[in-house]
Amino acid sequence: MSMHIDPVTLAVVQNGLIQVCNEMDMAFQRAAFSPVISEAFDRSDGIYHRDNGELIAQGDLGLPIFMGTMQYGTRAVIERAKDVRPGDMYIANDPYLGGTHLMDVRFYRPFFYRGELFCWLANTGHWRDTGGAVPGGFSAQATDVEMEGLRLPPVKLVKEGKMDEEILAIVLSNIRTADQTIGDIKAQAAALSIGDKRLTALMDRYGRDTVEASIIELKRRAAQQMRAKIAQIPDGTYHGEAFLDSDGVVNEPLRISLELKIAGSEMHVDMSKSSPPCMGPMNCVIATTRSAVYIAMKHIFPDVPLNAGTFEPIHITDPEGTFLYAKYPRPVSGCAAEVSQRICEAMFATLANVIPDKLFAAPAGTSGNFALGGHDPVRNRNYVMYIFSGGGYGGWYAGDGISNGCSTIGISKTQPLEVMEQFYPILFEEYSLREGSGGAGKNRGGFGVNYRVRIRRGTAIASFVMDHGRVGPQGVQGGADGGPNTVIVRRQGQPDYFLPHFSKDQGLHMAEGDMVLVGTPGGGGFGDALERAPEQVRRDVALGYYTAEQVSKMYGVVVDAAGKAVDPEATSALRKRMGAATA
Amino acid sequence: MSKVVGIDVGGTFTDLMLVDEASGIVRVTKVPTTIENQAFGVLNAIDAAGEGFAELASIVHGTTTTTNAMLERKIAKVGVVTTKGFRDVLELGRRTRPHAYGMTGNFYPIVPRDLRLEVDERIDADGGIVRPLDEAGVAAAVKTLLAQGCESLVIHFFNSYINPAHERRAAEIARALWPNPYVTAGSAILPQFREYERGVTAAVNAAIRPVLDRYIKRLRHELGGRGYSHDLLVMQGNGGTVSSSVVAEAAVHTVLSGPASGVKASAYTAMASGFPHVVTYDMGGTSTDVALIRDGVPQTTTEFELEYAMPIHVPMVDIHTIGSGGGSIAFIDDAGILQVGPESAGAKPGPICYGRGGERPTITDANLVLGRLNAKKLLSVDNAISVAHVAAIIEREIGAKLGLSAVEAAAAIVRIANDKMAGALRIVSLSRGQDPRDFALFAFGGAGPLHASALARELAIPKVLVPVRPGITSALGCLVADVRHDYVRTVNKPVQSLDIALVRTILEDQRAEGRRTIEGERIPIEGIEFIHAADMQFQGQSHVLTVPLDRAAVSREVIQEIFEKAYFQRFEVELPEIRAVLVNVRTAAIGRRKGVDLKALVDWGAQGKTLADARVDSRKVFFDDAWHETPVYHREKLPKAARFDGPAIVEQLDTTTIVEPGSTVEMDAIGNLIITVPQGAAR
Repeated sequence: MSMHIDPVTLAVVQNGLIQVCNEMDMAFQRAAFSPVISEAFDRSDGIYHRDNGELIAQGDLGLPIFMGTMQYGTRAVIERAKDVRPGDMYIANDPYLGGTHLMDVRFYRPFFYRGELFCWLANTGHWRDTGGAVPGGFSAQATDVEMEGLRLPPVKLVKEGKMDEEILAIVLSNIRTADQTIGDIKAQAAALSIGDKRLTALMDRYGRDTVEASIIELKRRAAQQMRAKIAQIPDGTYHGEAFLDSDGVVNEPLRISLELKIAGSEMHVDMSKSSPPCMGPMNCVIATTRSAVYIAMKHIFPDVPLNAGTFEPIHITDPEGTFLYAKYPRPVSGCAAEVSQRICEAMFATLANVIPDKLFAAPAGTSGNFALGGHDPVRNRNYVMYIFSGGGYGGWYAGDGISNGCSTIGISKTQPLEVMEQFYPILFEEYSLREGSGGAGKNRGGFGVNYRVRIRRGTAIASFVMDHGRVGPQGVQGGADGGPNTVIVRRQGQPDYFLPHFSKDQGLHMAEGDMVLVGTPGGGGFGDALERAPEQVRRDVALGYYTAEQVSKMYGVVVDAAGKAVDPEATSALRKRMGAATA
Repeated sequence: MSKVVGIDVGGTFTDLMLVDEASGIVRVTKVPTTIENQAFGVLNAIDAAGEGFAELASIVHGTTTTTNAMLERKIAKVGVVTTKGFRDVLELGRRTRPHAYGMTGNFYPIVPRDLRLEVDERIDADGGIVRPLDEAGVAAAVKTLLAQGCESLVIHFFNSYINPAHERRAAEIARALWPNPYVTAGSAILPQFREYERGVTAAVNAAIRPVLDRYIKRLRHELGGRGYSHDLLVMQGNGGTVSSSVVAEAAVHTVLSGPASGVKASAYTAMASGFPHVVTYDMGGTSTDVALIRDGVPQTTTEFELEYAMPIHVPMVDIHTIGSGGGSIAFIDDAGILQVGPESAGAKPGPICYGRGGERPTITDANLVLGRLNAKKLLSVDNAISVAHVAAIIEREIGAKLGLSAVEAAAAIVRIANDKMAGALRIVSLSRGQDPRDFALFAFGGAGPLHASALARELAIPKVLVPVRPGITSALGCLVADVRHDYVRTVNKPVQSLDIALVRTILEDQRAEGRRTIEGERIPIEGIEFIHAADMQFQGQSHVLTVPLDRAAVSREVIQEIFEKAYFQRFEVELPEIRAVLVNVRTAAIGRRKGVDLKALVDWGAQGKTLADARVDSRKVFFDDAWHETPVYHREKLPKAARFDGPAIVEQLDTTTIVEPGSTVEMDAIGNLIITVPQGAAR
């Protein structure tokens, strides 16, 4: 196909394809029941190539982690689907077939134009439950995928527009809160049918051949643009690493070892020296591993468009034999929320040494998942509650990191606390900025969050899948690490319980009056803390971000306890001493 | 005493419209906006209208004072007293980042951390008191904030939406100590759940309240000094107006009142022309605002965000803004694809053709090269720049990189810009379950009528309406706006188990409060009306859908049915398995003001007898890949009931209307141009 596309049509078709996806995103999110989708935007809709599942377009506000995974998922459907007809729809959540974890359920709808398969429309949404040992699916101690829940290979759930009630019954019989999940299923399917309508209108307007030729041209251009970005990075081989606290089962850190080779406009990513597959659920399926690398690049170069061409110059060696290439039946619930963020961190930390003028220190990098399943005796019902939390972002090349940012791989908001208290028998005692947690630097990290939540009635079981409890998010260019994650379970009449794995645990029994205390990580610092302007440090003390004692140690600035005035002589003497000590 | 005045302050100009209801005379004036203190511009505009201040029966004022104060953070020093453990809610937000991609950016809370103090108290989600209010603690915190120099105060307590007792008591204590009236309780501004959104809305109110209060007091003083003896009315973001005596108390309601005023005028004008369903399209120099009107009523939102992480959740006209305006810059991106905006050349340097040193092609420049704008009649030109020079730059910057001539490149710029604007129109219509084909496109703003026909064709909207005075629509909005107050109460109960008596009581309470407030304002009105609505969702959802509520027929069955229908229209999903929940009950109390006879806007004496009288020129204009010799008409001289075919250009002082080939124009009885756009001709 070498049809010439005029530049105007090309731009218009590009906008048109993205808008189809935006409309699917919006319809899905507004109609969904799972708060993870409706409030946290944990969903994504896109258009994929009919032959190989390559990404053609994704919405502007689709969840980042899904941008790379969905094309592998679509490919898996294409390879398995037989007798595809208009109005069909496949459901799948198999992590090993182009997925993330089981809770991310994908719908695939073949798009036919005038009787001929043109492409696939697909979306992913995070369901609140897909069965398994722990409500919500984040089992910190699962040792195989069966313990994590119901696994669906691509299955034709809708046949020529008609729901297969038997398959639906199997799905609904194996998950918790099935009564509400039916609402999500309908919302997810409706989004794809809205996409079908809009894409048909676009094709009617511009013609099949023009749209097809535009897609090819847009892919070529995106690749060209990504190559231009990579070419800005000096050639060479660079190394970086990042650590996860543990896999939740074996209490040892997991290491991501990254080798990045830049050769002209091509990038080679090799993580095959990383830790071997793990017992617990911190294994990462290959689709997610790849997607994490793409997200990191998109965060560094946000203006590159999103289609398969963008990924073309990024060559990723399959990290065989590591926890970043999970094979059946390895448990994987932590891969999307935690491992992917740590892969991004390794990418950021590596490139911060090479192109610091575009980079930032490590963000909190954990979704901070705390799940509580219990019984409310007053309302006489069982409940499953999640709290996801944010943390500080890293200091960046031109400013301090923001506080309480969302996960690197997400764009999700947290639920209002007042809404949580309406739904569940809990009471928040505190939700505050975690003082002192921002990593010191010329541009300091943002701050994490401290929250305390108390159980008011009945009994419950708590589980945690968080990370960055052993070491904090990395500082770069001489900046310090951010404060690590902390969790304390305070049961009445018992000493405080600290999680042996720092950030992961499950099956902790709680009763009325018991409390959970969480402190989320601060972001890493960017640049030498001794270069931070004393006046900025004074203001940090005045606002209570740090104590005077902390800033004398972290920044070498001498200031009174209220942050009213800097002592310039003492500061300069202290900084001289500290500089000499590190030199 | 029959003269009423509407004054809207815009970024560049302050527009005034004066209607003498007795004689039918209308005056329109346009003076430069005085940025430091908008009051001077307002007074200048009245002076320019040439009527004595003592002769005016009422003045309705739309001001950008509060919007600008927020966007530029020229706000009062605010202190917050909040529930123990929650001082950082306003700084932590909802765990977001400024951009989906890119881990950089800044966020500054409206109230810095050292001015947010905690007191012990706690109310639970059912309204029960967990810990009593520490009244001494409130007094101490208030004194500390005063000592720190705060001018305005917010009381923001957790769960106050369900039980405001502690907030009310704390406000009472604070008022006894506070030297001015600037004490804002969150539940009084927005009795709705979501602690961040309610807190920010209250903090915005507190931050702009002294600013607005000072401005209004000064303006009233100046007006009084010149002999004006009646109340000054002020426009709000909900498209209604309110007495200046109470406006500052709920200052947050005035944010974005200018654009809302334009939408209100559109609704009024379109209704008078027989179009109840309208999409408004207001294109100016830097941005484009679009909104939806159904049955003559501008649609409102309660989830507006002024900028990143600054939600303002009081009801506002639902205006969708995109960064496409006459000054939007066209460029070729790294992938070699033509993009237009959102970067704007602004007022300085402005488009190339303004001759202020602009070197980057804009939408206005493209329109000029295509003959759509009259080079001789451009406003705001400092140094005349030849069309040939503008064309040369477009060719160099855009054409050469795409293999297009200057004219082709200019046409491409307009096409891409139109495509983006059409996308915005789709979002307010199609994405909300509304078919654009059922609507008319109401074009205003300096550049709206220039692009409207093309957009209508793109979206298959059959009719475009260009009002008599497209450049001063917001000033007209001030004249036709009704007095309006909005009330909301959170219920949050499944419809099945809903206590319907409670809903009725809420509605009656809201009506009584609305009536009391409006009557207390003593604004001349012809009657009070109420619009009721319910925010609803299926159990377990977090978004709500607002549906109209008929007070006479409030029952569980009816509420359920209305919701299910509205839900299906919007999302194409039926959910009989799941229970519907009534989240909030809303009432808008509307004091109907006397309308304006729109015929008065037309200068019937200036009209020509025939079309030929109005024809002032003819020039070549580029449409659809070819130049067309196009007649140019002078709007004021068009004869009564004029009717002509495109291509045509209609010029008037404040805008240029483009009629594409194949379209037909008719002037209706009140002077509006109705353009009929051919259907199915879209390319």
